[in-house]
Amino acid sequence: MTLALLIDFGSTYTKLRAVDLQAAKIVASAQGPSMVKTDINIGLDAALEALKPQLGKRLNFKYRLASSSAAGGLRMITLGLVPDLTAKAARQAALGAGAKVSATYSFELTLADLAEIIASEPDIVLLSGGTDGGNRKVIVHNAQMIANSGLTCPVVIAGNRSAADEVAAILSATQTRVIVSENVMPRHLELNIEPAREAIRQVFIDHIIHAKGIDQAQASVDAVLMPTPAAVLQGAQLLADGTRDLTGLGPLLVVDIGGATTDVHSICDGLPGDSGVIYHGLAEPHAKRTVEGDLGMRHTARNIVHETGLQVFADDAGLDPLELETMLARTDGDVEWLPDNDRERKFDRALARAATRLAVTRHAGHHETVYSAHGPVTLQRGKDLNEVETIIGTGGVLVHSQDAHAILSTALAGPDAPLALRPKSAKMVVDKDYALYACGLLSSVAPDIALRLGLNMLHKEEACHGVGSA
Amino acid sequence: MTTENAGTLITGVIGADTHIVGNRILGRALETAGFTVVQLGALTPAKEFVEAAIETDADAILVSSLYGQGELDCRGFRELCTEAGLEDILIYVGGYLVVGDQPWPDVERRFVEMGFDRVFPPGTRPDDVIGPLRDDIKMRHETNRS
Repeated sequence: MTLALLIDFGSTYTKLRAVDLQAAKIVASAQGPSMVKTDINIGLDAALEALKPQLGKRLNFKYRLASSSAAGGLRMITLGLVPDLTAKAARQAALGAGAKVSATYSFELTLADLAEIIASEPDIVLLSGGTDGGNRKVIVHNAQMIANSGLTCPVVIAGNRSAADEVAAILSATQTRVIVSENVMPRHLELNIEPAREAIRQVFIDHIIHAKGIDQAQASVDAVLMPTPAAVLQGAQLLADGTRDLTGLGPLLVVDIGGATTDVHSICDGLPGDSGVIYHGLAEPHAKRTVEGDLGMRHTARNIVHETGLQVFADDAGLDPLELETMLARTDGDVEWLPDNDRERKFDRALARAATRLAVTRHAGHHETVYSAHGPVTLQRGKDLNEVETIIGTGGVLVHSQDAHAILSTALAGPDAPLALRPKSAKMVVDKDYALYACGLLSSVAPDIALRLGLNMLHKEEACHGVGSA
Repeated sequence: MTTENAGTLITGVIGADTHIVGNRILGRALETAGFTVVQLGALTPAKEFVEAAIETDADAILVSSLYGQGELDCRGFRELCTEAGLEDILIYVGGYLVVGDQPWPDVERRFVEMGFDRVFPPGTRPDDVIGPLRDDIKMRHETNRS
């Protein structure tokens, strides 16, 4: 049996998956405390010990690959010029690279912005602005602001190429690393985020892993390849698009409901399905990730209820508003809180349903009707997720739910947001083994095996077909 | 870029107007004349002309309107540019700007008062625009340099 070890250095736990490379199956799983602040090896060794009895022999791995979201994840600040244009493109690039984007700024930075940026302690700043040959004033101003701020973190430059040399010269004296990448929007509305994503990943490998103490584990790990959210996105993309030799599942959506955020990944082009619909605005990435920082099961449970509407939420949960308030007070006070009776499980289920519905609605594009002299015309902004055929759920609440399909089905089109372009119908399945990140990591060295691993994982789980109602 | 850029232009049809053919022909002619042209196409809100001009550091915005509602759609366009920091950008407008048979000098005056640098009547040929555009952009560059 040839094995691969896939490690996720998380914020709380170090998780391990051992994959049999011939069978393309997970054969052992374990976890230990992450211990990144003291010595990451303590948690890793504990997890490896727990893995041993499952494998029944000496641990000998052909690949030992890791992703990390430990020590706060990859914290980034992104800067652009116009909010709907380069600022949006830069944010997409950072999210696609698996970053936790603390904030996105547009136009010229102010001193107040700068104070916020310094306080957020970014690991990397992504600096964009202007099309190639376009505006250079703002990116140069912002580079000067960063250079004079006392921040020394690496900066990835992905803006107007005509200004790139000047911007790099301004920053090179003060920052630990400056990488000039391609513009995230080289021409108006043209999205080009792959090069910036790759540059961010390179900085992550060269600097951030060391800065966060994750490289202490190098005796047990061949390489820490990327932030964990990037591994999940890469796993999702592999499952959807397949490899050169193997066909994938086609367009898909991943919903990852966590305590602090709800992440949505979509792998599809999302162009207008109907020839009568006109696409408007910045192009969208084929592999798109969004993070909703106000839709977490614990840290922001109250906001989920607020945004859904108290009565609507209470009805969906089958709880009266007073009881609901008691439970919300518990999540406010204790983010580790777990439900242990039916009422509490109903509450959690309703939270997860609402978080999924809101996060997918924000991730999806929408239609807009304009009444022209020739009659109504439909415009589309953002991705049309109608082509999505598979929805994969992940995250604790889904993995432990008896009723995961009822949660995931809120990702489908519905009357709550009739103009949102959510999937009309899809097969829904939960990644109970937490295999997606492992697929993403393994795809870097053995894409065919990684794809088979993902397909095996999905086939063994119970799937359900859902149809939306709008 | 092989030849020197004669200037960066934003073109598009403003408002709820779907007439795109003439605008595409104009865009093509301007490109052939050496301009860098960002063509926003039909159904373009005023705000998107301005956003495109900011990112591309455009010299001029050429607004087309062919369905008679131009006067409504273009109201406040100059102010929008000024608010966005594009105080000195050239703005042109052309097409079937108003409904009915109104005397052209009146129409032109109204759009000039709205802050448009040049106003073009129906039936304008691309060449009628290219000449003045070159002059205006040249003057704009000279003013900015001095």
